[in-house]
Amino acid sequence: MEASLQLALNSAPFLLKGALYTIVLSLGGMFFGLLLGFALALMRLSALRVLSWTSRIYVSFFRGTPLLVQLFMIYYGLPQLGIQLDPLPAALVGFSLNMAAYVCEILRAAIGSIDRGQWEAAASIGMTRAQTLRRAILPQAARTALPPLGNSFISLVKDTALAATIQVPELFRQAQLITARTFEIFTMYLAAALIYWVLASALALLQNHLEARVNRHNQEP
Amino acid sequence: MPMIEVRGLTKVFNGQTVLKGIDLDVAAGEVVAIIGPSGSGKTTLLRCLNLLEEPSAGSIRVGDMFIDASKPLAKQKELIRSLRQRVGFVFQNFNLFPHRTALENIIEGPIVVKKEARASAIERARALLAKVGLAGKEDAYPRRLSGGQQQRVAIARALAMQPDVILFDEPTSALDPELVGEVLAAIRSLAEENRTMLIVTHEMSFARDVANRVIFIDQGVIVEQGEAKALFANPRELRTQQFLSKFTEQNGP
Repeated sequence: MEASLQLALNSAPFLLKGALYTIVLSLGGMFFGLLLGFALALMRLSALRVLSWTSRIYVSFFRGTPLLVQLFMIYYGLPQLGIQLDPLPAALVGFSLNMAAYVCEILRAAIGSIDRGQWEAAASIGMTRAQTLRRAILPQAARTALPPLGNSFISLVKDTALAATIQVPELFRQAQLITARTFEIFTMYLAAALIYWVLASALALLQNHLEARVNRHNQEP
Repeated sequence: MPMIEVRGLTKVFNGQTVLKGIDLDVAAGEVVAIIGPSGSGKTTLLRCLNLLEEPSAGSIRVGDMFIDASKPLAKQKELIRSLRQRVGFVFQNFNLFPHRTALENIIEGPIVVKKEARASAIERARALLAKVGLAGKEDAYPRRLSGGQQQRVAIARALAMQPDVILFDEPTSALDPELVGEVLAAIRSLAEENRTMLIVTHEMSFARDVANRVIFIDQGVIVEQGEAKALFANPRELRTQQFLSKFTEQNGP
């Protein structure tokens, strides 16, 4: 037991370095996933068929195929088309593209859940579509969107472990490397799992905080 | 020249013609009540006037703004937006922005659309709230207000745009009976200021007492119209007589 603890402590710097990659992948995936997902949701709501169908097909593909396969296509496949990405950028691209599909669906559903009367009320005072979205619809849609977004982000944190398969030295990969050296398999994977747990919990806390903020005016009696 | 001039307004929903070439003039300062059975097209007519509903054919002129429904409306977006800034709309279900306080609901249009200075918008909003009898409710969120209070905030929100015309779409139909009076009183006081208003309503005695003119619509056409008290006292058309008889049975002649 003591030996295990000692090993975990000795390995801590490696694991934490891996965790840093995990955090970068998670935050990057969330950030770019949100940006691209928002754009896709707007495309989906557009009256232009080309845009809404592009968005539909995008979401269908990225939700309908395994993330692992997507990562392999990007890291191992794209070089054949002349696009060579390092492991970290390749993983970032993969996670962002995948996350965007989920974000798009969540935002589309949240925006769709807002009563038509809200659009009409904004229109009736002469607001543009963009003003209506920004000032009336999105603030309300955010309340609906936050819980599922939080879910997807927590999934992303755990899914970043897949980046190990394309040579990114993130948390899970570091744990693997250490196990290969020390054969302390259970300890190392437990340590890695605990770090994932801490990261996911931090995200869950942030989600709760944001939900409370957005719901502030609803909690009055 | 009339304030509002509607010509040949037609609306087709899924192959069904709900407005059959409506012609309508409204003079500045006139209060017009639109009555008729459910599904007669009266709400659709009102919603077409500020293009919440896209007319299938016809034209609408409000002041100097002319919308021709035979041309694609997507190409007349700017015109439609400026028309809407001059035509207030009060909805049956209030449609206040739930994430904004009463005051914020009222200043939203002036600040965001008209780019009015925040301080002056707030000053006017407070005065409007007082006018509709809601002084002190500035910071209340809609869900903490009764239906009647919400509707009065909605009226203040429409007034804040300083419109030339206000359209009311069954403004009391979603209210509990005991809350109807306060909303009607607010509308009545606007009528006394000689504002141009069109009111779709089921409140017959209100229509009779407040409107200058009453329009009876059935099956997408104006069946009969005339001076309010005269029309209620002596409807000429059989269809109008039938419709109003239910009302006079309940309320006495």
